[in-house]
Amino acid sequence: MKILKPLFAIIITLMWMSPLYAEKNSVVIGMQLEPPNLDPTGGAAAAIDEVVYSNVYEGLTRFRADGSVTPGLAKSWTISDDGLVYTFQLQENVKFHNGSDFDASDVKFSIDRARDENSTNAQKGLFKGISSVDVVNSSVIKITLSNPNGGFIRNLAWGDAIILDPDTANSAASEPNGTGPFKFSKWVKGDRVELVKNNDYWGEAISLEKASFKFISDPTAAFAALMAGDVDAFPVYPAPETLAQFEADPNFNVIVGSTEGETILSTNNKSEKLKDVRVRKAIAHAINRQAIVDGAMFGFGTPIGTHFAPHHPDYIDLTSQSNYDPEKSKSLLLEAGVSDGLNLSLKLPPPSYARRGGEIIASQLREVGIETKIENLEWAQWLEQVFKGKDYDLTIVSHTEPMDIGIYGNPSYYFQYDSQEFRNLMDALNLETNDQERSRILKNAQKLIADDYVNGYLFQLAKTGVANSKLVGLWKNSPTQANDLTGVSWSN
Amino acid sequence: MSSYFFSRLKILILSLFFASLIIFFMIEIIPGDPASFMLGINAEPETVDALRKELGLDISTFERYFNWITGMLTGDFGVSYTYRVPVSELVMARIGVSIPLALYAIFLSTLIAIPIGIFSASNHGNFKDLSFMGFTQLGIAIPNFWFAMVLVLIFSIYLKWFSAGGVPGWDKGFFVNLKALTLPAFALALPQASILARIMRSALIETLSQDYFRTARASGLTFFQAVKKHAFRNALIPVLTIIGLQFSFLIAGAIIIENVFFLPGIGRLIFQGIVQRDLIVVESVVMLLVFSVIIVNFLVDMAYLYVDPRLRVKK
Repeated sequence: MKILKPLFAIIITLMWMSPLYAEKNSVVIGMQLEPPNLDPTGGAAAAIDEVVYSNVYEGLTRFRADGSVTPGLAKSWTISDDGLVYTFQLQENVKFHNGSDFDASDVKFSIDRARDENSTNAQKGLFKGISSVDVVNSSVIKITLSNPNGGFIRNLAWGDAIILDPDTANSAASEPNGTGPFKFSKWVKGDRVELVKNNDYWGEAISLEKASFKFISDPTAAFAALMAGDVDAFPVYPAPETLAQFEADPNFNVIVGSTEGETILSTNNKSEKLKDVRVRKAIAHAINRQAIVDGAMFGFGTPIGTHFAPHHPDYIDLTSQSNYDPEKSKSLLLEAGVSDGLNLSLKLPPPSYARRGGEIIASQLREVGIETKIENLEWAQWLEQVFKGKDYDLTIVSHTEPMDIGIYGNPSYYFQYDSQEFRNLMDALNLETNDQERSRILKNAQKLIADDYVNGYLFQLAKTGVANSKLVGLWKNSPTQANDLTGVSWSN
Repeated sequence: MSSYFFSRLKILILSLFFASLIIFFMIEIIPGDPASFMLGINAEPETVDALRKELGLDISTFERYFNWITGMLTGDFGVSYTYRVPVSELVMARIGVSIPLALYAIFLSTLIAIPIGIFSASNHGNFKDLSFMGFTQLGIAIPNFWFAMVLVLIFSIYLKWFSAGGVPGWDKGFFVNLKALTLPAFALALPQASILARIMRSALIETLSQDYFRTARASGLTFFQAVKKHAFRNALIPVLTIIGLQFSFLIAGAIIIENVFFLPGIGRLIFQGIVQRDLIVVESVVMLLVFSVIIVNFLVDMAYLYVDPRLRVKK
């Protein structure tokens, strides 16, 4: 037992050897999921952009915290009168982190690579209308479209459209080499990614010297890590049930913002039981949205009545069109000839909005005589069965891509909504560059899918984050999936 | 002796072969495609096909099995689909967390268990013994992830002595890592220590009733001298067997503790691999674990040759 004494001595000494995190020009950001790789042009995982977007990599244009799109590596641009030719004036004296110069040929390479036949870009659709990319001179690039596209400048702001150095593009997955204010330093797989300040940055200097992204998947562990000070901020905090505790604590700020995530009860429009619009309408009226937001999301989230983000200027509030009215729902079911109840499958992917929301929806549907069989799926299974196989009646998913109403124009998309009228609207939208006219078309599109009760529209996913109260400059909303640290600093 | 060696070797090779078959085909039948998982819900179908081709998923399952198994024979465990780095590199990084954690936990559990075992055995049947055994019962019953959360709550959140998880990495020095692994090692060690203490106790009680122990006492040794010199070493044999079994469990079975303390160990690598359908990682890592268990068994079999002279006699 004599060994116990020296052992305790060692343990006590260890306790006092606290790590040297005292200097405050670095930040540790917590994230629930680890990015599978660090190349935003080679995967859909949000975690990739959450690490590198506008920190390490930049595109021609970029999203700002308020959702607006501003110049990035392109200083300015002109659009020809027919809306087909975009001429970008590029920033000069820009260098990649490995020291090579950035110029128009890198832009041509990156965009051609993304739209190439063998491209593995998860958002290849963003580049679909491009007919050619031409280098005018080292600082001017000309992109020609085959059809006018009013959203083209916005498309270029996506993480999937960042500019790579041709020499290092193949190693972008593990050793990103961008033009941003942070340089990649190291990646301890399963644990963290470390970035350091790029002293040769062309733009406005940043205040942080170092930033780490730490991956903590377990919600309880995320809580503990914040409380113990191991992470300074958790911008997308996975344990909403503990937010009240952080709100009461002056050492922390709870940041509630909005995301681009329309959370919907996706409905298989080709399913025998659901192809009648009256049945889908009955489901819409059976759902108490606020109860779901309160019960599944601890009160965070805004009810929606169509597939559009409420903070968008063109949003129209259509929630009253599918208000909670169980009696109406029952009579609609009768009208549709469903008298002896309805049995539907409800397949739920892993996020808590789906799992918790699913339980609540199942009980709300039971009230009007619709029985659901809940099946919990992993993401990979969900993609296989629901998304690809379309073998489902109902599912719950948050569609987090910005401005993605266009998915309703694809009849083979997993909810299988087939409407020529909607497709006409989307075609008109793509050709239109007048803002007022675009707004009118977008409103009509929202109205149309709400009238057709394509899906059960539930709520706009909130972004609930927790941060050390001295940390300023984190994005409140998430117009794209990113943790832009360029404006982050410590206050005294 | 050589016939014993070769018969063991034959068993070793056959076990590895069947294990590789079972692992590969079990994992291949899990529904879910790695390429569609990586590209998400906005990807064009032809993009998914292009990625499948790039990852080498467009060839038949049997061909892939053949490539995998022949690759492994030459030490090539394949390249992770999602991370795009060799699996061996991933494993090497994770082993640097899992093995030290397992060793630390074994060390702590032995350190706790052996004194308790000896103490309880020497107080066999009285109140002290019963209360200690009651505690070990509790130690086995408490789920270790819950115990881990309690440790975090006390030592990280309130006392702020330890960080709530993570490891700094071995390049940052030995003691900071040791400190970081202390809470997880304790959480892992508690149930192991409880089991070990009970085994130590019963093994010791058994030897205390042996003739040689009585003879040792009769020759004038005090109780503890006799335990130290004669009983303890004999009682240690079952204890060592259990420690050996616990070690392989601690490497692969620490997955929950690794999650609670967000440690980048082997368990989390497998877990992430399954979720992301990074099948090649799962297959190779599970195969490596099976390999190490089979090799350890083989070495134990060989060790019997040394320990048990009867096995050395030719039939």
